[in-house]
Amino acid sequence: MRSIQKYVRAESLEQAYQLNQNRRSRVLGGMLWLKMGRGPLGTVIDLQDLGLDTIEETEEGFSIGAMVTLRQLEQHPGLNAYTRGAMAQAVKDIVGVQFRNLATVGGSLWGRFGFSDVLTQFLAMDTTVELYQGGLVPLEEFACRKPDRDILVRVHVEKTPGVFRYQAMRNQRTDFPVLTCALSRVSGEYRAVIGARPGRAMVLRDREGLLAGGITEDSAKAFARWAAEQIPTQGNLRGSGAYRTHLVKVLTLRGLKELEETGRTDPWN
Amino acid sequence: MELKLNLNGRNVTGHIDPGTLLIDFLRQQGCVSVKRGCETANCGLCTVLMDGRPVLSCSVLAARAEGHRVETLEGLQQEAADFAGFIADQGADQCGFCNPGFVMNTIALLREIPEPTDDQIRAYLAGNLCRCSGYDGQLRGIRAYLDSRKK
Repeated sequence: MRSIQKYVRAESLEQAYQLNQNRRSRVLGGMLWLKMGRGPLGTVIDLQDLGLDTIEETEEGFSIGAMVTLRQLEQHPGLNAYTRGAMAQAVKDIVGVQFRNLATVGGSLWGRFGFSDVLTQFLAMDTTVELYQGGLVPLEEFACRKPDRDILVRVHVEKTPGVFRYQAMRNQRTDFPVLTCALSRVSGEYRAVIGARPGRAMVLRDREGLLAGGITEDSAKAFARWAAEQIPTQGNLRGSGAYRTHLVKVLTLRGLKELEETGRTDPWN
Repeated sequence: MELKLNLNGRNVTGHIDPGTLLIDFLRQQGCVSVKRGCETANCGLCTVLMDGRPVLSCSVLAARAEGHRVETLEGLQQEAADFAGFIADQGADQCGFCNPGFVMNTIALLREIPEPTDDQIRAYLAGNLCRCSGYDGQLRGIRAYLDSRKK
Protein backbone atom coordinates (compact mmCIF):
# COMPACT_ATOMS: atom_id res chain seq x y z
CA MET A 1 0.00 0.00 0.00
CA ARG A 2 1.20 3.50 -0.81
CA SER A 3 2.01 5.74 2.08
CA ILE A 4 -0.47 8.56 2.63
CA GLN A 5 0.44 11.73 4.46
CA LYS A 6 -3.01 13.09 5.18
CA TYR A 7 -6.66 12.06 4.79
CA VAL A 8 -9.31 14.74 4.47
CA ARG A 9 -13.06 14.24 4.22
CA ALA A 10 -13.99 17.27 2.17
CA GLU A 11 -16.77 19.50 3.50
CA SER A 12 -17.30 21.30 0.19
CA LEU A 13 -16.30 21.00 -3.42
CA GLU A 14 -14.36 24.24 -3.09
CA GLN A 15 -12.29 22.77 -0.26
CA ALA A 16 -11.72 19.59 -2.27
CA TYR A 17 -10.69 21.62 -5.31
CA GLN A 18 -8.24 23.77 -3.34
CA LEU A 19 -6.65 20.74 -1.70
CA ASN A 20 -6.37 19.06 -5.07
CA GLN A 21 -4.25 21.85 -6.54
CA ASN A 22 -1.20 20.31 -4.89
CA ARG A 23 0.24 17.82 -7.37
CA ARG A 24 0.76 15.21 -4.64
CA SER A 25 -2.94 15.27 -3.70
CA ARG A 26 -5.44 12.79 -5.05
CA VAL A 27 -9.23 12.68 -5.04
CA LEU A 28 -10.44 9.26 -3.92
CA GLY A 29 -12.87 7.31 -6.04
CA GLY A 30 -13.16 3.65 -5.11
CA MET A 31 -9.38 3.65 -4.54
CA LEU A 32 -9.07 0.31 -6.31
CA TRP A 33 -6.71 1.52 -9.00
CA LEU A 34 -5.10 4.24 -6.90
CA LYS A 35 -3.80 1.74 -4.39
CA MET A 36 -2.06 -0.19 -7.17
CA GLY A 37 0.11 2.79 -8.04
CA ARG A 38 3.56 3.56 -6.72
CA GLY A 39 5.00 6.36 -4.70
CA PRO A 40 3.81 8.23 -1.63
CA LEU A 41 0.72 10.41 -1.73
CA GLY A 42 0.27 13.75 -0.01
CA THR A 43 -3.34 14.52 0.82
CA VAL A 44 -6.09 12.13 -0.23
CA ILE A 45 -9.48 13.80 -0.56
CA ASP A 46 -12.64 11.89 0.20
CA LEU A 47 -15.88 13.21 -1.36
CA GLN A 48 -18.21 10.83 0.52
CA ASP A 49 -19.94 13.58 2.52
CA LEU A 50 -20.83 15.76 -0.48
CA GLY A 51 -24.02 14.00 -1.54
CA LEU A 52 -22.55 12.74 -4.79
CA ASP A 53 -23.67 9.15 -4.29
CA THR A 54 -27.11 9.31 -5.90
CA ILE A 55 -28.62 8.86 -9.35
CA GLU A 56 -31.33 11.42 -10.03
CA GLU A 57 -33.74 10.69 -12.85
CA THR A 58 -35.97 13.24 -14.56
CA GLU A 59 -38.03 13.22 -17.76
CA GLU A 60 -34.99 14.56 -19.62
CA GLY A 61 -32.24 12.34 -18.30
CA PHE A 62 -30.06 11.10 -15.48
CA SER A 63 -27.73 13.01 -13.20
CA ILE A 64 -25.21 10.61 -11.70
CA GLY A 65 -22.99 11.71 -8.81
CA ALA A 66 -19.29 11.02 -9.09
CA MET A 67 -19.40 8.78 -5.99
CA VAL A 68 -22.14 6.52 -7.37
CA THR A 69 -20.81 2.98 -7.43
CA LEU A 70 -20.78 0.63 -10.39
CA ARG A 71 -23.16 -1.58 -8.42
CA GLN A 72 -25.67 1.29 -8.30
CA LEU A 73 -25.39 1.63 -12.07
CA GLU A 74 -25.97 -2.10 -12.41
CA GLN A 75 -29.09 -2.03 -10.28
CA HIS A 76 -30.70 1.28 -11.21
CA PRO A 77 -34.10 0.51 -12.74
CA GLY A 78 -34.41 3.73 -14.75
CA LEU A 79 -30.94 3.57 -16.23
CA ASN A 80 -31.40 -0.04 -17.21
CA ALA A 81 -34.86 0.59 -18.62
CA TYR A 82 -33.44 3.38 -20.79
CA THR A 83 -30.46 1.30 -21.99
CA ARG A 84 -32.47 -1.92 -22.16
CA GLY A 85 -30.05 -3.55 -19.73
CA ALA A 86 -26.90 -2.43 -21.54
CA MET A 87 -25.66 -0.55 -18.49
CA ALA A 88 -25.89 -3.62 -16.25
CA GLN A 89 -24.38 -5.73 -19.01
CA ALA A 90 -21.42 -3.34 -19.20
CA VAL A 91 -20.46 -3.56 -15.53
CA LYS A 92 -21.60 -7.02 -14.43
CA ASP A 93 -18.27 -8.75 -15.08
CA ILE A 94 -16.08 -6.12 -13.45
CA VAL A 95 -14.47 -8.37 -10.83
CA GLY A 96 -17.18 -9.03 -8.24
CA VAL A 97 -20.03 -7.45 -6.31
CA GLN A 98 -17.65 -6.36 -3.54
CA PHE A 99 -15.45 -4.57 -6.05
CA ARG A 100 -18.40 -2.90 -7.76
CA ASN A 101 -19.67 -1.70 -4.38
CA LEU A 102 -16.46 0.34 -4.12
CA ALA A 103 -15.59 1.40 -7.67
CA THR A 104 -17.16 4.72 -8.57
CA VAL A 105 -18.40 6.31 -11.78
CA GLY A 106 -16.22 9.33 -11.11
CA GLY A 107 -13.09 7.27 -10.62
CA SER A 108 -13.80 5.15 -13.69
CA LEU A 109 -14.38 8.08 -16.02
CA TRP A 110 -11.73 10.36 -14.54
CA GLY A 111 -9.13 7.63 -15.07
CA ARG A 112 -10.02 7.31 -18.76
CA PHE A 113 -8.68 3.79 -18.54
CA GLY A 114 -8.18 1.88 -21.77
CA PHE A 115 -9.81 -1.22 -20.31
CA SER A 116 -12.88 0.62 -19.05
CA ASP A 117 -16.25 -0.97 -19.72
CA VAL A 118 -17.79 2.07 -18.04
CA LEU A 119 -16.23 4.61 -20.40
CA THR A 120 -17.22 2.47 -23.39
CA GLN A 121 -20.89 2.32 -22.41
CA PHE A 122 -21.18 5.99 -21.43
CA LEU A 123 -19.67 7.03 -24.77
CA ALA A 124 -22.48 5.18 -26.53
CA MET A 125 -25.00 7.51 -24.86
CA ASP A 126 -25.38 11.30 -24.93
CA THR A 127 -23.16 11.86 -21.92
CA THR A 128 -21.70 15.05 -20.47
CA VAL A 129 -19.40 15.32 -17.50
CA GLU A 130 -19.70 18.18 -15.03
CA LEU A 131 -16.36 19.48 -13.79
CA TYR A 132 -16.14 21.76 -10.77
CA GLN A 133 -14.15 24.43 -12.60
CA GLY A 134 -14.48 23.32 -16.20
CA GLY A 135 -18.28 23.10 -16.28
CA LEU A 136 -20.09 20.79 -18.66
CA VAL A 137 -17.94 18.93 -21.16
CA PRO A 138 -19.12 16.25 -23.62
CA LEU A 139 -17.68 12.92 -22.51
CA GLU A 140 -16.18 12.30 -25.93
CA GLU A 141 -14.11 15.48 -25.59
CA PHE A 142 -13.30 14.81 -21.94
CA ALA A 143 -12.04 11.31 -22.78
CA CYS A 144 -9.40 12.79 -25.08
CA ARG A 145 -8.12 15.30 -22.54
CA LYS A 146 -5.19 14.72 -20.24
CA PRO A 147 -6.03 14.62 -16.51
CA ASP A 148 -5.69 17.97 -14.77
CA ARG A 149 -6.40 19.22 -11.23
CA ASP A 150 -10.16 19.75 -11.69
CA ILE A 151 -12.80 17.58 -9.99
CA LEU A 152 -15.44 15.52 -11.72
CA VAL A 153 -18.69 16.24 -9.89
CA ARG A 154 -21.49 14.55 -11.82
CA VAL A 155 -22.19 12.73 -15.05
CA HIS A 156 -25.27 13.69 -17.07
CA VAL A 157 -26.96 11.36 -19.53
CA GLU A 158 -29.71 12.70 -21.76
CA LYS A 159 -32.65 10.44 -22.44
CA THR A 160 -32.25 10.84 -26.17
CA PRO A 161 -34.40 8.24 -27.90
CA GLY A 162 -32.13 5.36 -28.73
CA VAL A 163 -31.25 1.70 -28.46
CA PHE A 164 -28.11 0.26 -26.92
CA ARG A 165 -26.27 -3.06 -26.86
CA TYR A 166 -23.11 -3.87 -24.93
CA GLN A 167 -20.67 -6.71 -25.32
CA ALA A 168 -17.16 -7.47 -24.16
CA MET A 169 -14.77 -10.30 -24.77
CA ARG A 170 -12.94 -11.59 -21.73
CA ASN A 171 -10.55 -14.50 -21.52
CA GLN A 172 -12.12 -15.28 -18.17
CA ARG A 173 -15.08 -13.83 -16.34
CA THR A 174 -14.01 -11.01 -13.97
CA ASP A 175 -10.72 -10.43 -15.85
CA PHE A 176 -9.94 -7.23 -17.74
CA PRO A 177 -11.66 -7.27 -21.14
CA VAL A 178 -9.74 -8.12 -24.30
CA LEU A 179 -12.11 -5.83 -26.17
CA THR A 180 -15.21 -3.82 -25.27
CA CYS A 181 -17.90 -2.90 -27.77
CA ALA A 182 -20.98 -0.73 -27.29
CA LEU A 183 -23.37 -0.22 -30.19
CA SER A 184 -26.05 2.40 -30.20
CA ARG A 185 -28.51 4.22 -32.39
CA VAL A 186 -29.18 7.57 -30.79
CA SER A 187 -31.54 9.96 -32.57
CA GLY A 188 -31.03 7.92 -35.71
CA GLU A 189 -27.23 8.11 -35.51
CA TYR A 190 -25.32 4.83 -35.31
CA ARG A 191 -22.30 4.65 -33.02
CA ALA A 192 -19.81 1.87 -32.42
CA VAL A 193 -17.68 2.47 -29.36
CA ILE A 194 -14.67 0.20 -29.09
CA GLY A 195 -12.47 0.04 -25.99
CA ALA A 196 -9.70 -2.08 -24.51
CA ARG A 197 -8.01 -1.89 -27.93
CA PRO A 198 -6.08 -1.86 -25.49
CA GLY A 199 -6.12 1.93 -25.71
CA ARG A 200 -9.04 3.95 -24.38
CA ALA A 201 -12.43 3.66 -26.03
CA MET A 202 -13.06 5.54 -29.25
CA VAL A 203 -16.30 6.40 -30.98
CA LEU A 204 -16.89 5.43 -34.57
CA ARG A 205 -19.81 7.01 -36.42
CA ASP A 206 -21.28 5.80 -39.67
CA ARG A 207 -19.49 8.40 -41.81
CA GLU A 208 -19.76 6.23 -44.90
CA GLY A 209 -23.51 5.81 -44.54
CA LEU A 210 -23.20 2.05 -44.61
CA LEU A 211 -26.18 1.70 -42.30
CA ALA A 212 -28.19 4.53 -43.86
CA GLY A 213 -30.72 2.06 -45.22
CA GLY A 214 -31.04 0.28 -41.89
CA ILE A 215 -29.43 -2.85 -40.48
CA THR A 216 -29.51 -5.81 -42.83
CA GLU A 217 -27.22 -8.82 -43.02
CA ASP A 218 -25.18 -7.14 -45.76
CA SER A 219 -25.06 -3.64 -44.30
CA ALA A 220 -24.11 -4.99 -40.87
CA LYS A 221 -21.27 -7.02 -42.39
CA ALA A 222 -20.07 -4.03 -44.40
CA PHE A 223 -20.10 -1.78 -41.32
CA ALA A 224 -18.33 -4.39 -39.19
CA ARG A 225 -15.62 -4.81 -41.84
CA TRP A 226 -15.21 -1.05 -42.09
CA ALA A 227 -15.07 -0.69 -38.29
CA ALA A 228 -12.29 -3.27 -38.11
CA GLU A 229 -10.31 -1.23 -40.65
CA GLN A 230 -10.84 2.03 -38.78
CA ILE A 231 -10.15 1.02 -35.20
CA PRO A 232 -6.45 0.90 -34.30
CA THR A 233 -5.54 -2.06 -32.11
CA GLN A 234 -2.41 -3.33 -30.41
CA GLY A 235 -1.32 -6.47 -28.63
CA ASN A 236 -0.72 -7.09 -24.95
CA LEU A 237 -0.69 -10.19 -22.76
CA ARG A 238 -4.45 -10.68 -23.19
CA GLY A 239 -4.49 -10.75 -26.97
CA SER A 240 -2.67 -9.69 -30.11
CA GLY A 241 -3.56 -6.70 -32.24
CA ALA A 242 -4.73 -9.01 -35.03
CA TYR A 243 -7.00 -10.89 -32.63
CA ARG A 244 -8.50 -7.64 -31.38
CA THR A 245 -9.11 -6.45 -34.94
CA HIS A 246 -10.92 -9.72 -35.61
CA LEU A 247 -12.95 -9.18 -32.43
CA VAL A 248 -13.93 -5.67 -33.56
CA LYS A 249 -15.51 -7.24 -36.63
CA VAL A 250 -17.22 -10.08 -34.76
CA LEU A 251 -18.58 -8.03 -31.85
CA THR A 252 -19.70 -5.17 -34.08
CA LEU A 253 -21.59 -7.52 -36.37
CA ARG A 254 -23.16 -9.37 -33.45
CA GLY A 255 -24.02 -6.10 -31.72
CA LEU A 256 -25.64 -4.62 -34.81
CA LYS A 257 -27.86 -7.67 -35.22
CA GLU A 258 -28.92 -7.40 -31.59
CA LEU A 259 -29.46 -3.67 -32.03
CA GLU A 260 -31.75 -4.32 -34.95
CA GLU A 261 -33.68 -6.92 -32.99
CA THR A 262 -34.02 -4.60 -29.98
CA GLY A 263 -34.91 -1.61 -32.16
CA ARG A 264 -37.79 -3.45 -33.79
CA THR A 265 -39.61 -3.89 -30.50
CA ASP A 266 -38.32 -0.92 -28.55
CA PRO A 267 -40.68 1.93 -27.75
CA TRP A 268 -37.72 4.24 -26.95
CA ASN A 269 -36.50 4.16 -30.49
CA MET B 1 -5.72 10.19 13.61
CA GLU B 2 -8.66 8.88 15.61
CA LEU B 3 -11.19 6.48 14.10
CA LYS B 4 -14.64 5.73 15.44
CA LEU B 5 -16.87 3.12 13.86
CA ASN B 6 -19.39 0.49 14.77
CA LEU B 7 -17.78 -2.94 14.55
CA ASN B 8 -20.03 -5.96 14.91
CA GLY B 9 -22.56 -4.00 16.90
CA ARG B 10 -20.20 -2.25 19.30
CA ASN B 11 -18.68 1.20 19.04
CA VAL B 12 -14.93 1.04 18.59
CA THR B 13 -12.32 3.78 18.75
CA GLY B 14 -8.76 3.44 17.53
CA HIS B 15 -5.74 5.39 16.40
CA ILE B 16 -4.66 4.91 12.82
CA ASP B 17 -2.29 6.33 10.24
CA PRO B 18 -4.00 8.04 7.28
CA GLY B 19 -2.92 5.17 5.03
CA THR B 20 -4.10 2.32 7.28
CA LEU B 21 -6.30 -0.10 5.41
CA LEU B 22 -9.55 -1.33 6.90
CA ILE B 23 -8.33 -4.95 6.80
CA ASP B 24 -5.38 -4.07 9.03
CA PHE B 25 -7.52 -2.15 11.47
CA LEU B 26 -10.02 -5.00 11.70
CA ARG B 27 -7.34 -7.59 12.31
CA GLN B 28 -5.85 -5.38 15.02
CA GLN B 29 -9.30 -5.41 16.61
CA GLY B 30 -9.15 -9.21 16.71
CA CYS B 31 -11.22 -9.89 13.62
CA VAL B 32 -8.76 -12.38 12.15
CA SER B 33 -11.40 -14.01 9.94
CA VAL B 34 -10.65 -11.12 7.56
CA LYS B 35 -7.89 -12.59 5.43
CA ARG B 36 -5.26 -10.91 3.28
CA GLY B 37 -5.11 -12.56 -0.14
CA CYS B 38 -4.27 -11.04 -3.49
CA GLU B 39 -4.11 -7.40 -2.35
CA THR B 40 -5.18 -6.44 -5.86
CA ALA B 41 -8.92 -6.39 -5.07
CA ASN B 42 -9.60 -9.58 -7.00
CA CYS B 43 -9.90 -12.54 -4.65
CA GLY B 44 -12.65 -11.61 -2.18
CA LEU B 45 -10.84 -13.07 0.87
CA CYS B 46 -11.04 -9.79 2.76
CA THR B 47 -14.81 -9.31 2.27
CA VAL B 48 -16.61 -7.48 5.07
CA LEU B 49 -19.98 -5.76 5.17
CA MET B 50 -19.94 -1.97 5.37
CA ASP B 51 -23.38 -0.54 6.06
CA GLY B 52 -24.67 -3.96 4.98
CA ARG B 53 -22.93 -4.02 1.60
CA PRO B 54 -20.07 -6.41 0.86
CA VAL B 55 -16.78 -4.60 0.17
CA LEU B 56 -13.11 -5.49 -0.07
CA SER B 57 -11.45 -4.34 3.13
CA CYS B 58 -8.01 -4.52 1.47
CA SER B 59 -9.07 -1.59 -0.70
CA VAL B 60 -10.80 0.66 1.80
CA LEU B 61 -8.89 3.17 3.88
CA ALA B 62 -9.82 2.64 7.51
CA ALA B 63 -10.42 6.39 7.73
CA ARG B 64 -13.21 6.09 5.16
CA ALA B 65 -15.08 3.79 7.53
CA GLU B 66 -15.39 6.54 10.16
CA GLY B 67 -19.00 6.69 11.29
CA HIS B 68 -20.00 3.58 9.36
CA ARG B 69 -21.17 0.14 10.44
CA VAL B 70 -18.75 -2.70 9.71
CA GLU B 71 -19.51 -6.39 10.13
CA THR B 72 -17.10 -9.31 9.95
CA LEU B 73 -17.66 -13.02 10.31
CA GLU B 74 -16.95 -12.71 14.05
CA GLY B 75 -20.18 -10.74 14.37
CA LEU B 76 -22.28 -12.93 12.12
CA GLN B 77 -21.63 -16.38 13.53
CA GLN B 78 -25.30 -17.23 13.97
CA GLU B 79 -26.29 -16.19 10.46
CA ALA B 80 -23.28 -18.00 8.98
CA ALA B 81 -23.91 -21.17 10.93
CA ASP B 82 -27.23 -21.60 9.13
CA PHE B 83 -25.60 -22.51 5.85
CA ALA B 84 -21.87 -23.06 6.48
CA GLY B 85 -22.56 -26.64 7.52
CA PHE B 86 -24.19 -27.33 4.16
CA ILE B 87 -21.06 -26.07 2.39
CA ALA B 88 -18.88 -28.27 4.59
CA ASP B 89 -21.13 -31.26 3.90
CA GLN B 90 -20.36 -30.91 0.21
CA GLY B 91 -16.61 -30.96 0.86
CA ALA B 92 -16.47 -27.54 -0.72
CA ASP B 93 -13.79 -26.35 1.69
CA GLN B 94 -10.44 -27.89 1.15
CA CYS B 95 -7.73 -25.60 2.50
CA GLY B 96 -10.53 -23.33 3.78
CA PHE B 97 -8.61 -20.09 3.36
CA CYS B 98 -11.24 -18.57 1.06
CA ASN B 99 -14.08 -19.65 3.31
CA PRO B 100 -14.61 -16.49 5.44
CA GLY B 101 -14.84 -14.33 2.33
CA PHE B 102 -17.21 -16.79 0.69
CA VAL B 103 -19.41 -16.93 3.77
CA MET B 104 -19.53 -13.14 4.11
CA ASN B 105 -20.50 -12.67 0.50
CA THR B 106 -23.05 -15.47 0.71
CA ILE B 107 -24.65 -13.71 3.68
CA ALA B 108 -24.88 -10.55 1.56
CA LEU B 109 -26.32 -12.56 -1.33
CA LEU B 110 -29.03 -14.20 0.76
CA ARG B 111 -30.00 -10.91 2.38
CA GLU B 112 -30.33 -9.28 -1.04
CA ILE B 113 -31.80 -12.21 -2.95
CA PRO B 114 -33.44 -14.67 -0.52
CA GLU B 115 -34.24 -17.22 -3.26
CA PRO B 116 -31.42 -16.93 -5.79
CA THR B 117 -31.15 -19.03 -8.92
CA ASP B 118 -27.93 -20.92 -9.63
CA ASP B 119 -26.91 -18.24 -12.14
CA GLN B 120 -27.54 -15.51 -9.57
CA ILE B 121 -25.41 -17.39 -7.03
CA ARG B 122 -22.58 -17.79 -9.54
CA ALA B 123 -22.78 -14.14 -10.57
CA TYR B 124 -22.87 -12.83 -6.99
CA LEU B 125 -19.96 -14.99 -5.86
CA ALA B 126 -17.85 -14.40 -8.98
CA GLY B 127 -15.59 -12.10 -6.98
CA ASN B 128 -14.61 -14.85 -4.54
CA LEU B 129 -11.75 -16.98 -5.79
CA CYS B 130 -11.05 -20.52 -4.60
CA ARG B 131 -7.95 -22.25 -5.87
CA CYS B 132 -8.73 -25.68 -4.39
CA SER B 133 -12.21 -26.38 -5.67
CA GLY B 134 -14.11 -25.81 -8.88
CA TYR B 135 -16.84 -23.78 -7.14
CA ASP B 136 -19.42 -26.51 -7.69
CA GLY B 137 -19.15 -27.63 -4.07
CA GLN B 138 -19.99 -24.16 -2.78
CA LEU B 139 -22.87 -23.91 -5.24
CA ARG B 140 -24.23 -27.34 -4.19
CA GLY B 141 -23.91 -26.36 -0.53
CA ILE B 142 -25.86 -23.14 -0.94
CA ARG B 143 -28.46 -24.92 -3.08
CA ALA B 144 -28.84 -27.65 -0.42
CA TYR B 145 -29.31 -24.99 2.25
CA LEU B 146 -31.96 -23.21 0.19
CA ASP B 147 -33.74 -26.49 -0.50
CA SER B 148 -33.67 -27.36 3.22
CA ARG B 149 -35.43 -24.11 4.06
CA LYS B 150 -38.37 -25.12 1.91
CA LYS B 151 -38.90 -28.39 3.79
